[in-house]
Amino acid sequence: MTLATGINRLATVQDEPPAAIPGGPADPVLIVDHLTMRFGGLTAVNDLSFKVGRGDITALIGPNGAGKTTVFNCITGFYKPSEGMIRLVQKGGETYLLERLPGHDVNRLARVARTFQNIRLFPRMTVLENLLVAMHKPLMRASGFSILGILGLPAYRSAEKAGIEKAAAWLDRIGLTARADDAAGDLPYGDQRRLEIARAMCTDPVLLCLDEPAAGLNPRESSELNTLLRLIRDEYDTSVLLIEHDMSVVMQISDRIVVLDYGTKIADGTPDDIRTDTRVIAAYLGVDDEEVAAVEAEVGLTGTQA
Amino acid sequence: MASGSTTPIAATARAEASLLPGLIKDAGLFALVTLGLCVPIVSYRTDLGQGIGLVITSRWGTVFALCAAIFVLRLVQQLYLTGRARRRAARAPVVEGASRLAAILAPITLVVALTLPLLASLLTGSLGEGRYWIDLGILILTYVMLGWGLNIVVGLAGLLDLGYVAFYAVGAYSYALLSTVFGLSFWICLPLAGLFAAAFGVLLGFPVLRLRGDYLAIVTLAFGEIIRLVLINWTDFSGGAAGISSIPRVSFFGLPFTAGENGFAATFGLSFNAMHRLVFLYYLILVLALVTNLVTLRMRRLPLGRAWEALREDEIACRSLGIDTTITKLTAFALGAMFAGFAGSFFAVRQAFVSPESFNFLESAIILAIVVLGGMGSQIGVAIAAIVMIGGPELLRNLGFLKAVFGEGFDPNEYRLLLFGLAMVAMMVFRPRGLISERTPSVTIAERGR
Amino acid sequence: MEFFAQQFINGLTLGSIYGLIAIGYTMVFGIIGMVNFAHGDVFMVSAFIALIAFLILTTWLGLSSVALVFLIVLVIAMALTALWGWAIERVAYRPLRGSFRLAPLISAIGVSIFLSNFVQVVQGARNKPVPPLVRDVVVLYQNEQYTVTLSYKQAIIMITTAVLLAGFWYLVQKTPFGRAQRAVEQDRRMAALLGINVDRTISLTFVLGAALAAVAGTLYLLYYGVVSFSDGFVPGVKAFTAAVLGGIGSLPGAVIGGIIIGLIETFWSAYFSIEYKDVAAFLILIVVLIFKPSGILGRPEVEKV
Repeated sequence: MTLATGINRLATVQDEPPAAIPGGPADPVLIVDHLTMRFGGLTAVNDLSFKVGRGDITALIGPNGAGKTTVFNCITGFYKPSEGMIRLVQKGGETYLLERLPGHDVNRLARVARTFQNIRLFPRMTVLENLLVAMHKPLMRASGFSILGILGLPAYRSAEKAGIEKAAAWLDRIGLTARADDAAGDLPYGDQRRLEIARAMCTDPVLLCLDEPAAGLNPRESSELNTLLRLIRDEYDTSVLLIEHDMSVVMQISDRIVVLDYGTKIADGTPDDIRTDTRVIAAYLGVDDEEVAAVEAEVGLTGTQA
Repeated sequence: MASGSTTPIAATARAEASLLPGLIKDAGLFALVTLGLCVPIVSYRTDLGQGIGLVITSRWGTVFALCAAIFVLRLVQQLYLTGRARRRAARAPVVEGASRLAAILAPITLVVALTLPLLASLLTGSLGEGRYWIDLGILILTYVMLGWGLNIVVGLAGLLDLGYVAFYAVGAYSYALLSTVFGLSFWICLPLAGLFAAAFGVLLGFPVLRLRGDYLAIVTLAFGEIIRLVLINWTDFSGGAAGISSIPRVSFFGLPFTAGENGFAATFGLSFNAMHRLVFLYYLILVLALVTNLVTLRMRRLPLGRAWEALREDEIACRSLGIDTTITKLTAFALGAMFAGFAGSFFAVRQAFVSPESFNFLESAIILAIVVLGGMGSQIGVAIAAIVMIGGPELLRNLGFLKAVFGEGFDPNEYRLLLFGLAMVAMMVFRPRGLISERTPSVTIAERGR
Repeated sequence: MEFFAQQFINGLTLGSIYGLIAIGYTMVFGIIGMVNFAHGDVFMVSAFIALIAFLILTTWLGLSSVALVFLIVLVIAMALTALWGWAIERVAYRPLRGSFRLAPLISAIGVSIFLSNFVQVVQGARNKPVPPLVRDVVVLYQNEQYTVTLSYKQAIIMITTAVLLAGFWYLVQKTPFGRAQRAVEQDRRMAALLGINVDRTISLTFVLGAALAAVAGTLYLLYYGVVSFSDGFVPGVKAFTAAVLGGIGSLPGAVIGGIIIGLIETFWSAYFSIEYKDVAAFLILIVVLIFKPSGILGRPEVEKV
């Protein structure tokens, strides 16, 4: 908290109001436009605008309490924003106003998928079942909304088989084939993270939102995650938006980074831009060597933030 | 820690010996609390005397017997727990016993259920003599069916429905009214009753299913009570507290079970026997129950059924995967209600009489207890729980030695609900996932090649 | 108008009793987030304890001072019911912390079924009447057609409720226990880290809730003069409705909700139909839960993602 206060003070010293939508990627999949979210008297997100480029991995970073997860919850339909617009543009050009869709339609129609900071699998169901639940929409249709399925018609059986194939391919990709029939809750932490991503991917999203996917992973798992995210970007029509604190992940895989502090955007650009952006350096990544001691003394802290 | 030099076994033995005074003290405390709880509610019984007011009789003997029983039970439980902790440390626990037992029990139960009328008449000498057993079988199967129906709602979808009996009532009154007022036959009313009950489920479910779990439970309870109170008070419609009597009996798909020329017996060249109808009712409820089971098992393998289970596990994750949670809950609610409706119309045709008192909260609680004890989601578990909890007290009633021990007025049925309540608590404390807690996956990876 | 005034007094009396029970629901819900379904039956048990204590005092010991008998009965009922509350929490709820979401509610339903049938087994299924302890009434207003009266019974009920609520209010607002309770309510783990005995605080909450239910039970017996093993269910649901209406988790809300429910029930019976008075209570419960689950004084719940 003290660090954040200090950072914010530093940030506002050389502040100038961020431009509404400063250019950004040419072909955006997601356009967040003047998003504001208030909880009672607290403004968690304040007039935030940014774009997520199609086919990009975009990282949303910022100190704790910067409002990143709130932005995610607004995008994925769990919160209704107090103000602003969130547009999702699909490849064909259809546009969805996410803030107007009921929660489940954000995934069902607009095809935005997400994972959660504290993993939300279906713990007593098996790994395979977890993936099949994610294919609810196509399988539901194939089962004739259960009526044909209950009669055991072959149309559904072949659809289910295709679903299992697809799940099996994902299990292969995340290395969990051997554990397909085990309860998801029994998996080790890192496997659960990967499974949650695979499950989100099984909904065929155009935008995948990952809330701290590397949290709690060891370096090896972390690098596996990088590989997985690159694979998703390169081999699927899925753009990725992620919240992450692990800078090794962020800097290595992001095409674009949006930096948030106290609910406001303070920077937006490529990793190289961010690395050299003075405001971000001051606010988040650290400051020049000779200033470090001064800042730490000022905020009364000697450790660095994880 | 002081026993560093002795062998581990000796150490545990010593540790246990040193534990014993503690255990006795603990059990003593339990007995003492029991004593406190028994005063004055057990120690003094109030009865209406001859004259005015109540007469008190003291029963300290019962109180001390209860305290002693609690003392012993607690001591045994504690000894068992410490023993089990040691055994656990020694080797990995055997978990699969229960599910293996279930795998054996399921076909046996099915075979017995299919041949019960035959078995009953063979064992007792004649079909008429076996009447008691067939009646009991019908009773148990009704609860098995209700348990399986509620299991869809509670066990699969994780929605605690405390007003399930309301849908049972809707089914029963549907048949009672449609047959007595419009003269419709049972075979037309049966599907209608299911549809009405399902419609009621949707009607109730739509506004309330977004509520959090415990609020949902209370609202369904309130709904159930409202239905019962309306049935009691709206005399013009439902006959009020007196209910509806002389409901037409079941026919063999149009052939009445009568001694006449066009009756069932005459048509099939059998000699008339009043038991035919009972046997037919038995197979009717058996088929209805098995259909409930079959549909549930099928649904589990369908996307909707999987969505129910996913909903039970994590509603927020479901929403993030594009599942409409309200519609999904509603389908579970409606399907559960539909089976209750079928069971209700069966109840009405069997009794030929319905009254609101058959559909009070306790009935809901009994069905819920069956589902909870059965393991919330396990089909065979629910069936076994229904057999034990409905059949058990009936059988105990006929055991002579219990009367010898507890006195002539002893009726196990009096204690049935008391034990239900205790069993529900014990279940939540010791085996919250039910007697049969093993979950069978709805699909396995091996099925890929199929 | 006179009829209205009379009904208002009757409703207030009934509402006091509901409010006392509702506090038990609201406190337990506040501190461990469970609906203590068995609370209505604890209330019923307390009424039986009061009944037996009353009979022993008057018939065996021959006490004749009404005030003394009432006080002793009240104290005995509160003490013994508190023990029930403690034992129930210890045996049926405490082991379930950390179990799955619906486990405590199912266990509470089990306790509820157990309690009512336990009392049926040990005390029999018949209604138990007691001779009226006080009969006098004060005439508040009178004209040719109507008399508005306040019976001593009603006065006792309202005064006892008011006094006990004041004492209870002091307890949760001004004492270390009250502080501990509020701390546990907000963040159980943090409270434990700060040295608050969480188990004891939760136990005490149940004990207090049960003691207040015992007051309600004693007053109920005094008011109606009859009790049976099945009398826990409907007052229990009504008191829960009161707690929800007032805003579950809020203590003043429980009392306000209780009084509102009492008044609605009385007026409904007086002006519409007595047969459907329970339907009214159940309908209010459903409507409040659907449209304003946070009640009058409760805080709205924010969904945690």
